[in-house]
Amino acid sequence: MELIVEMNNIRKSFPGVVACDDITFKVRKGEIHALLGENGAGKSTLMNILFGLYQQDQGDILLRGKKVNIANPNVANNLGIGMVHQHFKLVHNFTVTENIILGIEPIRALMVDTRSASARIEDLSERYGLNVDPEAKIEDVSVGMQQRVEILKMLYRDAEILIFDEPTAVLTPQEVQDLIKIMHNLIEEGKTIILITHKLREIMAVADRCTVIRWGKVVGTVNVSDTSEEKLAEMMVGRKVLFDLNKIEAHPAEEILKIENLSVRNSNGMLGLKNFSLGVRCGEIVGLAGVDGNGQTELVETIIGLRKPENGRIFLKGQDISSLSTRKRIETGMAHIPEDRHKHGLILDYTVQENLILKNYYFEPFSRNGLIDWDYVYAHAEKVINDFDVRSGQGVEASARSLSGGNQQKAIVGREIDGNPNLLVAVQPTRGLDVGAIEYIHQRLLEQRDQGKAVFMISLELDEILDLSDRIAVIYNGELVGVVNASETNENEIGLMMAGGKRGAVA
Amino acid sequence: MVDLIYQLFPYAIAFTIPLLITSLGGLFSERSGVINIGLEGLMLMGMFVGAYVISSIESTYPGTAVWIGLLAAAFFGALFALLHAFACVTLNANQVISGIAINMIASAITVYLARFFTGSGNLQIIRGMPRITIPFLSDIPVLGRLFFTQTYATTWLILLVLVLATFLLYKTRFGLRLRACGEHPHAADSAGVNVYLMRYMAVMISGACAGLGGATFIVTLSGEFNGTAAGLGFLALAALIFGQWKPWGILGATFFFGFASTVANVSQVIPVLAQIPGIYLKTFPYVITLLALILSSKSSQAPKAIGEPYDKGKR
Repeated sequence: MELIVEMNNIRKSFPGVVACDDITFKVRKGEIHALLGENGAGKSTLMNILFGLYQQDQGDILLRGKKVNIANPNVANNLGIGMVHQHFKLVHNFTVTENIILGIEPIRALMVDTRSASARIEDLSERYGLNVDPEAKIEDVSVGMQQRVEILKMLYRDAEILIFDEPTAVLTPQEVQDLIKIMHNLIEEGKTIILITHKLREIMAVADRCTVIRWGKVVGTVNVSDTSEEKLAEMMVGRKVLFDLNKIEAHPAEEILKIENLSVRNSNGMLGLKNFSLGVRCGEIVGLAGVDGNGQTELVETIIGLRKPENGRIFLKGQDISSLSTRKRIETGMAHIPEDRHKHGLILDYTVQENLILKNYYFEPFSRNGLIDWDYVYAHAEKVINDFDVRSGQGVEASARSLSGGNQQKAIVGREIDGNPNLLVAVQPTRGLDVGAIEYIHQRLLEQRDQGKAVFMISLELDEILDLSDRIAVIYNGELVGVVNASETNENEIGLMMAGGKRGAVA
Repeated sequence: MVDLIYQLFPYAIAFTIPLLITSLGGLFSERSGVINIGLEGLMLMGMFVGAYVISSIESTYPGTAVWIGLLAAAFFGALFALLHAFACVTLNANQVISGIAINMIASAITVYLARFFTGSGNLQIIRGMPRITIPFLSDIPVLGRLFFTQTYATTWLILLVLVLATFLLYKTRFGLRLRACGEHPHAADSAGVNVYLMRYMAVMISGACAGLGGATFIVTLSGEFNGTAAGLGFLALAALIFGQWKPWGILGATFFFGFASTVANVSQVIPVLAQIPGIYLKTFPYVITLLALILSSKSSQAPKAIGEPYDKGKR
């Protein structure tokens, strides 16, 4: 089959790290080609070069057999290359149409002609099954629809080569299914798709071929039909990956966290959590399953002390902590891996070592007589990034922003577990991470449990809940549907409970 | 009471107009993502240039001098704003600090030049903008007397600018791109919009508008440059926020300030108002502004990327 993209011997280095080292990457016309690699392996850098955001130091790019120089994203657009970024680039108070036409607005009588643009968007949306309302404002539509707007942006610009950067990281399982359907529609219409991902299951489901990158180098390109998840994982990580965690039996002891009849209002003033009661014991992992937006955020923020409960109480080690400050709660032995690592986990413009002392900078030995002991902080940070395998170009002095997502997450997990908490509240601890990092974080969570600590894990990934938890609580519409033992349940039952079905109603 | 309103109205409108145009200038700058706290200084620059140009040529061109003065003020306002744009857009400076610097430079340089030219530091103009009564329209009952008698040509010019600005911001390609730069510059950039250029243009438009505002104040209300804009630029900035960064909101906010300030200014000669201590009337608009800002802060419509220098590489 004819090649549409050829990237030959691409090399790109940044201060302190070689992101792409002699990478050769070839895509055939009309295929879905997955680009697989761990976080920081260089796949995003490679695609940013193809899209014109970065310039390669060495190597050349051929498009449809012709050598091209892609100096900026405009050139890429004109060559028919479009990209859906991991973080959407949409203006929140513009309509869908305005976002799509920005930069290439059709003009009629001096004015932007939104009407004809809307009609064309409507057409495209129908043709590819995108189901997007051109008049809706971005701030009013779901994340899944925002992604479809990004896809429309590319189609509106007549892109033929579509790059998707981690498209499923922000989607619910249902939305992932829709996206896969859309991708097939696009291929049928003659488009070519490059899919950047680290989710093996999705590669197996949609891709034709897969190129694996590790540490800036190509490991190989394989036909998806000739391979398996295990083989791909091994190529990506460079060693065998444990898909089954070696999980020994839990030995739960006394109850450490007790939530009693908790009701909490959400940001809209409605009751987001209703009369919720749950206990977590030392030496066990309790997983909270549920579809996004069913009260998880309210619950977690109330446990941590970021939100005030309307009713009910929370006990930690038998002590009523409902009205304690967050700092007091942390000092009582609670730690928290937040859902959104950029918003609540890290101060992105601080260095790694500064981020690692956000919770303990104020007491000895981190500070003495009101002054921070930077030598100690440095040594402490070095220890944490070694223990938790945080990879960063410039060590502990790098800004948190410069780390890849997986390494940012590992730094947070390191900070939280390093304090040796009695209770760890882990929200989506592996969100957007690759298998290597997921395996690693899962091991650390199990370790906590085996050391007799309690872990309360909130996740949208059902697999994660089923693999790790000893007991599974299910939340729906702000209410506890039920609690089941992980060993006595299955995906089906939990799935039904997540939709609000009580236990026992399962046939 | 009705007579009182008839008397006050032309003054209130005259006071509103310089605020309105300056605030509209701020609107362009801030909608593109650049805070413009330098409106005060830009306005002062307009006052100086307007007064200087008019006072030097009005004996030769008595009829057109004011218009040439207004044009010159707008031009030099834009030129002076280039400094702010250079600092904020090219050098990624802190936009608030740069704005304060603009204010300080403006008051220093204008007073210096005024003294250099005249020796006294005051620049007087002899013939201001004439007041005109519009035929036919002024015969409309009530409204005619309120809006169409004793008006300045600049008032109608600036109201036209208001309409044009609304059209420009919401209906044209330029406006769509400018607003995108203020909300999500990365989105604009990835769509091929030159964020730096848009912000430069926006800041220069704000300079031109503020310069025009300053000169309008000179040719209508004050008649002389005396080295200060007396906080009008800051009032325009407050009106921008009070008006929630929307052209018609700004019209409402500036008219409110204009009317309240006029009432406070003339209170001593009006028996009904003279009983109220002047301090209450003078602080009234500011107290209301503070209250309004507090109440509206939750649903603030401020552009999202305001105050952030645009950094291409930031994730």
